[in-house]
Amino acid sequence: MADLTTHIGSLELKNPVMTASGTFGYGLEFADLVELDQIGGIIVKGTTLEPRQGNPYPRMAETAQGMLNCVGLQNKGVDYFCEHIYPEVRKIHTAVLVNVSGNSPETYAACAARIAELEDIPAIELNISCPNVRQGGMAFGVTCEGAASVVKAVRAAYPKTLIVKLSPNVTSIADIARAVEAEGADAVSLINTLMGMAIDAEKRRPILSIGTGGLSGPAVKPVALRMVWQVFDAVKIPIVGLGGIMNATDAVEFLLAGASAIEIGTANFIDPAVTVKVVRGIEEYLDRHGFRSASELIGLAHQS
Amino acid sequence: MRKYQLDLTLKHLSKPRPGYVLLQLTDPSAPLPEMLPGQFVEVRVDSSASTFLRRPISINLVDRQENELWLLVHVVGPGTQAMAELNTGDRLNVVVPLGNGFTLPQRPASEGEPCAEGSSESAVAPRYLLVGGGVGTAPLLYMGQELVRRGCKPTFLLGGRTSSDLLQLDLFGKFGEVFVTTEDGSAGERGFVTQHSLWQTATAEGGARVYDRICTCGPKPMMMAVARLAGEKGIPCEASLENMMACGLGACLCCVEDTRDGHVCVCTEGPVFPTDKLKW
Repeated sequence: MADLTTHIGSLELKNPVMTASGTFGYGLEFADLVELDQIGGIIVKGTTLEPRQGNPYPRMAETAQGMLNCVGLQNKGVDYFCEHIYPEVRKIHTAVLVNVSGNSPETYAACAARIAELEDIPAIELNISCPNVRQGGMAFGVTCEGAASVVKAVRAAYPKTLIVKLSPNVTSIADIARAVEAEGADAVSLINTLMGMAIDAEKRRPILSIGTGGLSGPAVKPVALRMVWQVFDAVKIPIVGLGGIMNATDAVEFLLAGASAIEIGTANFIDPAVTVKVVRGIEEYLDRHGFRSASELIGLAHQS
Repeated sequence: MRKYQLDLTLKHLSKPRPGYVLLQLTDPSAPLPEMLPGQFVEVRVDSSASTFLRRPISINLVDRQENELWLLVHVVGPGTQAMAELNTGDRLNVVVPLGNGFTLPQRPASEGEPCAEGSSESAVAPRYLLVGGGVGTAPLLYMGQELVRRGCKPTFLLGGRTSSDLLQLDLFGKFGEVFVTTEDGSAGERGFVTQHSLWQTATAEGGARVYDRICTCGPKPMMMAVARLAGEKGIPCEASLENMMACGLGACLCCVEDTRDGHVCVCTEGPVFPTDKLKW
């Protein structure tokens, strides 16, 4: 049976399948429906230094093969996470990562520093790409200078594995990836949601409370795959690929495009057990094609 | 309460009224899991482009003898339309049970014996008024069944725009006294549920119609009006919300309601809320 182990910097994952932030809660919400221990990694919901109420309802709209959301980083803040959630999630036998967000380089760094104290959180994913908050979020992720400023501040405060989640709402994602690599990021994850909107024709107004939101689901997969492909040629650090992955074939495509690991997001809403099915599917693919390890697939499509 | 993802089989499909469909689902291999009135299921419709997300549907009834889960669906869009076009024998993937459910009285010590709400100090079984509008009546049927099982005699007040919006009246009649309103007067009293004459004598204590709790489900303006009446009379009231949702598990944070405790997920903290928690 093939070896599924993969590496993101110094972080070793038992398999390349992680859950995308904001789509899997703290993992515990899914405990009845999927074997959490079988997942390669769980990236818990976006956490900020201070609690945030997020945007008003309505926050979602269904679209063709996807959905829009404008949740806006609702969370109870990093102190709540450390005191109430961490003691529970540390019991899960897989890598638990925290997605960290902020509204200035200082607040990002302060939040990351709090997470760094948690022994059983081996890595963070830095969210510089949330399209649904006015201050911070994507504002940092759409320029090389903005992205570099946040990564620089966090790198100084956070010694463990640092993954930076990139926005697709940019002219050149490869340039942003290079900028965060230069500031010491250990890996990049991409893509966050694509900015979009939905309008209710009968009511003649936008469906989402703030007008626009982030598009996810199979509708964005070709865009995400292309961006992983481009970033693979641009940087040396590992890539975590995500965007519309629904099954093992989708996941394999991202590995072939250059991802060392993948994240499953919106698909968790459709099938709460999808992650483990994808793990088994990747294993089956490797065996069927005679690969000894999942790492052999990384970037393989570039060689053809 | 433990959640399951199940492939249920459609045993029977009927159309009680134009625009409504009743799905009677079963699990051929095992007894259906434990679930409570007011809880809901997330139905995976199909994988067509326009029905990508699951659809949250309230539990209409659980028939333990037949091992059936009933879903009463109002056909309003492509997802519910696809459900209406299912055939007997089709499989339907559901995640069940989700959400909290209505407040129930304590289970009786022995079957058929009346039971008290909360502590056993009160000798009489709690008196429930269940107020529903349109397809919002669906979860009140299961609530009625469960209340009867626990020794209560619920009163139902059901409303619709017209008589053809009133569903399952015969079944409601098995579980308690049924009052009806229609906006056009085609059945029962004319007007909204909140204009029904029973409210003239409904009180929290010491009147002709004493109620210990009101549970309501239906259009939001109706529930708000019911909550206001309940508040005036000092009767505790619970409302079941149906905000748009994606995951149903408290992960996506899309279905939040702005409550006195801030934004909370309707799918996990609700769908049933004490109305005094809501900013209505």
